[in-house]
Amino acid sequence: MLSLLKSDTAPRLKPLGGIKVELAGSSGCGTTGGAGKSGCGSSAGPADMPPEIWEKVKNHPCYSEEAHHHFARMHVAVAPACNIQCNYCNRKYDCSNESRPGVVSQKLTPDQAVKKVLAVASTIPQMTVLGIAGPGDALASPHKTFETFRQLQEKAPDIKLCLSTNGLMLPDYVDEICKYNIDHVTITINMIDPDIGAQIYPWIFYQHKRIHGREAAQILTERQMLGLEMLTARGVLTKVNSVLIPGINDQHLIEVNRAVKARGAFLHNIMPLISEAEHGTVFGLTGQRAPSAQELKEVQDACMGGANLMRHCRQCRADAVGLLGEDRSDEFTLEKVEQMEVVYDLDKRRAYQAGVEAQRAAQVAAKQAAQAAQQADDGIKVLVAVATKGKGRVNEHFGHAHEFQIYEVSANRTAFVGHRRVDHYCQGGWGEDDVLPSIVTAINDCHAVLVAKIGACPRDELKEAGIDPVEKYAHEFIEQAALSWFAEYRERVANGEIVHQTRGDASIRQGAYLAA
Amino acid sequence: MAYKIDDTFCTGCSACETECPNQAIYEKSGMFYIKPEKCTECIGSFDEPQCVAVCPVDDTCIIDTKYPRYVAA
Repeated sequence: MLSLLKSDTAPRLKPLGGIKVELAGSSGCGTTGGAGKSGCGSSAGPADMPPEIWEKVKNHPCYSEEAHHHFARMHVAVAPACNIQCNYCNRKYDCSNESRPGVVSQKLTPDQAVKKVLAVASTIPQMTVLGIAGPGDALASPHKTFETFRQLQEKAPDIKLCLSTNGLMLPDYVDEICKYNIDHVTITINMIDPDIGAQIYPWIFYQHKRIHGREAAQILTERQMLGLEMLTARGVLTKVNSVLIPGINDQHLIEVNRAVKARGAFLHNIMPLISEAEHGTVFGLTGQRAPSAQELKEVQDACMGGANLMRHCRQCRADAVGLLGEDRSDEFTLEKVEQMEVVYDLDKRRAYQAGVEAQRAAQVAAKQAAQAAQQADDGIKVLVAVATKGKGRVNEHFGHAHEFQIYEVSANRTAFVGHRRVDHYCQGGWGEDDVLPSIVTAINDCHAVLVAKIGACPRDELKEAGIDPVEKYAHEFIEQAALSWFAEYRERVANGEIVHQTRGDASIRQGAYLAA
Repeated sequence: MAYKIDDTFCTGCSACETECPNQAIYEKSGMFYIKPEKCTECIGSFDEPQCVAVCPVDDTCIIDTKYPRYVAA
């Protein structure tokens, strides 16, 4: 079964030609205790950035890789209208099983949105961030977007506000963005070359006209760059999202990375295209394929040294609620929110946030101690998958994992490089045999998977696929566990017990979350 | 003639509502409709009908042949 599946997916996993891949020996993403610049944006914590920026991002799960273990975000879908058409988006699609940007089940008015935010914030003290990310473009419905922000700034002043936009109307609304104290803006920028843009955007609606092709892409890129420059000048932290579309903008994203870095973008988030025929997008219907995990990582690695890269993006729905990778929106439908008694308790929220600070310090100390104890780097690096429920520990059962976090490990450093979503293996107490092969392909580039616990059957199948299932670091801090496992691995290689081999590629999970 | 919205295609995104120069478009239970007596086909206002130009789904905002062609006053 495993070998069948491998041969099925093999043709899709072509190596990405022509991309210069920086070897991460000295410039890797991750931490070196403060001396090295992190390639993962904020994963390194305060040593990695000016204190005033750390203060702004440390509790923001979408901006700080480390914060996303502790803090939650929610999106409210008050902005359904859009002013551009993208080939990877289908506005007709609405399915609550689906988890990807642009998708939403229930549109909200600003008043309904505010009520929902207050209800969630009083139920989930981790909720520190409110974003408006569509399902259209936040600035194509500016009145609804800014009315929501205006009310929230009044009623829940400790919640950070952010918005996501394609940038077309951004220059016109920079003043409004500053007025409501919105200190995080995300712009989706997929190109800076209009010829490439013409392959991604069929048209834009601008100044009362529908404009097509190269001309449309030219206007879009000019407006995006101008908007980014204006936000930088006003001190608003700006993240750039890019969708990696193999054969269209894969190599070009390295130029995009340079261009946005030069204009002050704080983070660059390169995401894989989600493209399945069943989504009905242009790319889905024309058979435009998605990148493999290694193709994504190659482009991300090639961009290191440019704008800080972000690798923990979960490509959330436009109405997601909860920690990244988790969606609790079902608990907060309009009907349920109407019946909830909402008490907005600022003190309770502050107490939770102080508790996180203590946990966070312990995690950083553990990581530094683990790194200090390791030997000199001999250049060997491997990937390990980790099953975690959060708090920076190896604390999830293999069969319960929705996703695996991927760490790149060398002798003396670990770096978070991404995550892989999977369907649950364990359903109602026993394993699903159909699901296991898809988990193996999702982490096929990893040498080991660190888990809190794993059943006998998946353990044997993982071993057969060449992935070492490891339980012995259950409940330890992830970085420490990964380094300890790798030290042992190297010892076994050194004494001839095993032979070090490089792993193959992995595929990025597409399609609906059916087994959530 | 006025424009009308084919509700089998309409996504309810509301983009047309704010672009209409005549406030002819309204929402009812999540779907959008055009009041024919208010629609001017954007003649005299814009080069192209705004609801057609902004709509994300082709052939959703279409001419309603039940009504005579709009004549600018």
